[in-house]
Amino acid sequence: MQDPTTATSTAPMTDLDPPDTSTGHAAITPRALQVREPAPTDLATRDRIFSIEDVTISYSGKAAVRDIAFPIYKNEITALIGPSGCGKTTLLRALNRMNDLIPTAKVEGKVFYHDIDLYDSAVDPVQVRKRIGMVFQKPNPFPKSIYDNIAFGPRVLGMKGDMDSIVESALRKGALWDEVKDRLKTNAFGMSGGQQQRLCIARALAIEPDVILMDEPCSALDPISTGRIEDLMHELRADYSIVIVTHNMQQAARVSDMTAFFTVELGQDESRTGRVVEYDATEKIFTSPSDPRTEAYVTGRVG
Amino acid sequence: MATNSQQIGSGSTGSRLRGQAFKIVLWLCITASVVLLCLLLVETLRDGIPGLTGTLFANFPSFNPAKAGLQSALMGTLWLMAVVIVFIVPVGVGTAIYLEEYADRNRWWNRLIEVNIQNLAAVPSIVYGILGLAFLVRGPASLGRTVLAGGLTLGLLVLPVVIITGREAIRAVPPSIREGSMALGATQWQTIWKQVLPASIPGMATGVILAISRAIGETAPLILVGAATFVAFNPSGLDSAFTALPLQIFNWLSQPQDEFKTLAAAGIIVLLVMLAGMNGIAVWLRNRYEQKW
Amino acid sequence: MDPTQASSQQAASRTAILGAARPRYGEKLIRVILFAFALVSVLTTTGIIVSLLGNTIDFFDVVSIWDYITGGEWSPLFSDPKFGVWPLVNGTLLVTAVALVVAIPLGLGTAIYLSEYASRRVRKAIKPFLELLAGIPTIVFGYFALTYFTPVVLKQFLGIEVGSFNALSAGIIMGFMVLPTIASVSEDGMSAVPASLREGAYGLGASKLQVSLRIVFPAALSGIVAAIVLGVSRAIGETMIVLIAGGQIPNTGIDPREAFETMTAFIAATGKGDVPTGSIGYQTIFAVGFTLFVITLLLNAVSIRFVRKYRQVYE
Repeated sequence: MQDPTTATSTAPMTDLDPPDTSTGHAAITPRALQVREPAPTDLATRDRIFSIEDVTISYSGKAAVRDIAFPIYKNEITALIGPSGCGKTTLLRALNRMNDLIPTAKVEGKVFYHDIDLYDSAVDPVQVRKRIGMVFQKPNPFPKSIYDNIAFGPRVLGMKGDMDSIVESALRKGALWDEVKDRLKTNAFGMSGGQQQRLCIARALAIEPDVILMDEPCSALDPISTGRIEDLMHELRADYSIVIVTHNMQQAARVSDMTAFFTVELGQDESRTGRVVEYDATEKIFTSPSDPRTEAYVTGRVG
Repeated sequence: MATNSQQIGSGSTGSRLRGQAFKIVLWLCITASVVLLCLLLVETLRDGIPGLTGTLFANFPSFNPAKAGLQSALMGTLWLMAVVIVFIVPVGVGTAIYLEEYADRNRWWNRLIEVNIQNLAAVPSIVYGILGLAFLVRGPASLGRTVLAGGLTLGLLVLPVVIITGREAIRAVPPSIREGSMALGATQWQTIWKQVLPASIPGMATGVILAISRAIGETAPLILVGAATFVAFNPSGLDSAFTALPLQIFNWLSQPQDEFKTLAAAGIIVLLVMLAGMNGIAVWLRNRYEQKW
Repeated sequence: MDPTQASSQQAASRTAILGAARPRYGEKLIRVILFAFALVSVLTTTGIIVSLLGNTIDFFDVVSIWDYITGGEWSPLFSDPKFGVWPLVNGTLLVTAVALVVAIPLGLGTAIYLSEYASRRVRKAIKPFLELLAGIPTIVFGYFALTYFTPVVLKQFLGIEVGSFNALSAGIIMGFMVLPTIASVSEDGMSAVPASLREGAYGLGASKLQVSLRIVFPAALSGIVAAIVLGVSRAIGETMIVLIAGGQIPNTGIDPREAFETMTAFIAATGKGDVPTGSIGYQTIFAVGFTLFVITLLLNAVSIRFVRKYRQVYE
């Protein structure tokens, strides 16, 4: 495993071979750790899409994450990293009100999306989830045909338009069209794991969201599928904002523009509460982190 | 440790013989059931096959055994089952959906409903007959001994079966499907109606078929709720008096003449064939459509 | 790529304002409707209890509870009616006892065989038989007891002097009816015993017989007790077999070769006719029904307790 702190900066992203989509297969390029084209250093000019302010999320009264506060920028890939159990997924789910589904969950603080507090009582969770889509850790296609999987979201949301073209467009954006265009009516369960996950991404894209949240999207997949999905993320970045939770540090380094490092604090009553230690440009987090805890984690001294 | 293995013993000849003898005793236990079952089926066929004539299906009950038939009983059973299905499907599936998808288990009333259903599943069938008699035939509803009263009584009897199998079918749908659906912006009911229910239909259908096959063979509640004597006509509506297959069999068994015993046996064969058919459909359904997650 | 540019323009124009929360009355209505359906089961139990209790209380206005419980004669529809419920309870208990003599050994034997001895193939062959036995309507058993078991097996084959209606025939056949319940619930209990317990014993050199009887059986005891209690409950609540083959004469004796009337048979025989609502005859249905209901409810509660116990220990 390469020591990230000594990784040399390589050529910027433009040298990366674009995925060869003519045959539907992404080119597999060996990946060294690379430095992104730096984002404008003046943070004020970057568009914010989320502003998380003093958010504490508890289950049955016990805080799972506390005092989370950082912005997420538009058209960027933001990674949430840290050891397991530090609340990364909990925070991710707070961004599209999926924690509403858990009766014991309580969200305090404000989550601003384009200057609207998502947890305001006037806000419709259905609309939130239309704008902010989610892809889960284990691919979860519906037991329906590929076509019906993609069409489900647009149908329940009452989206107007020709369903066939909506489905095709989503599958193209999800880099899956060429592989499945001849078998749209077959059951989605017949696909491989990597294809199913791309189906789930395409399914999320079909409802034309703004943001895609990804909860460890590649952890159940093999390296080649993982590579394809990472390539897909690069493509999607132009039109969507992506927030990804990942256990895989190298993935965060490969893929993201900004990284938030989480850690767990053990309370006196043996409670575990997650906090954000550091949030900065990925390059900085991995090459010269400010906090010693961050450095310990990214250098692999602690898991 | 030495004493323990002494107590448990080693493989001496005596112990081997005892082991063999035990195995034979156990085999006999099973054989006894198999023998009884075969005896029962053979005897029923022997007694009943002579009675399986066209007259049996074309005619109505009569004091003359040579002319007696099952038509009113078969039609009555069909009418009853129609009422049962119309009742148990919405109520049973609806209850299952409520308990699995909506009910907060920490609330005492929801736990009460669950415990209640388990108790109802174990109440003797004749008590349902008493319930039907007191509330449906007489009492508040005063429906009289009609198809509707009979069907509702049977429906209440088998409702727990539908609820319990329905819940299992719903529970088998993984939470990831619900999450995926809600994450796309579907509401709770949209998720249930378009994802959970379709995925659980095979299990539900099996449950409904099992419930119907139980209802078809139940006699005791119908004795209390059905017509006291002779019904020699097909039901003409929900407010009709009725007879049903098991009731007619029972009536024939209560007659002294031997010819009626033959007719009863023939009726039993018809009943068993219907049950075998339904169970066959249930098994086929399960095998063909079972969702493997 | 053009399509991408176009869609990003679209996305840009669609950002910002989220729709206002729709009250979603449809969702709330559906929840209420489903809750109403769930209440049907509660209403059923309420109905059972109210009808039984109400009429039973009316019954005890006329008949003293003491007479009911201790009286030795049951002839409620005669001109000089007697309301001692004991003959009916006696009939029920006797038939149940005969049934258990058949069902417990055969049921447990079947369970031990399926759990400890049978190979997968044999289990696959036997289980359908048990399910078949369990699925046969009780009227068929009643028919068999009356027309074949009594005259041919008992009288002819075994040479026992029995009446045409007798508790022996009804009881034995009922035993076979209850057997699948006892077998499957005990087998559940036995399967719940972890393999490690058995392996420990086998490792010490125990034979299958010893493991079955000394290790598995005691370990599965609460499951076995649950099974037996459940079987008793089913036997007590069963109507058709005893109605057809057991007889309709209240009997305080204990000779199963005679005819006996059970609680269930009485209820069926009386409810069949057109007894006027509110008459004492009508109310006997409920009084006896209430007695029956309470007994089976208690038995079921006990059984559930035992099932929970064995599930707790091993799962």
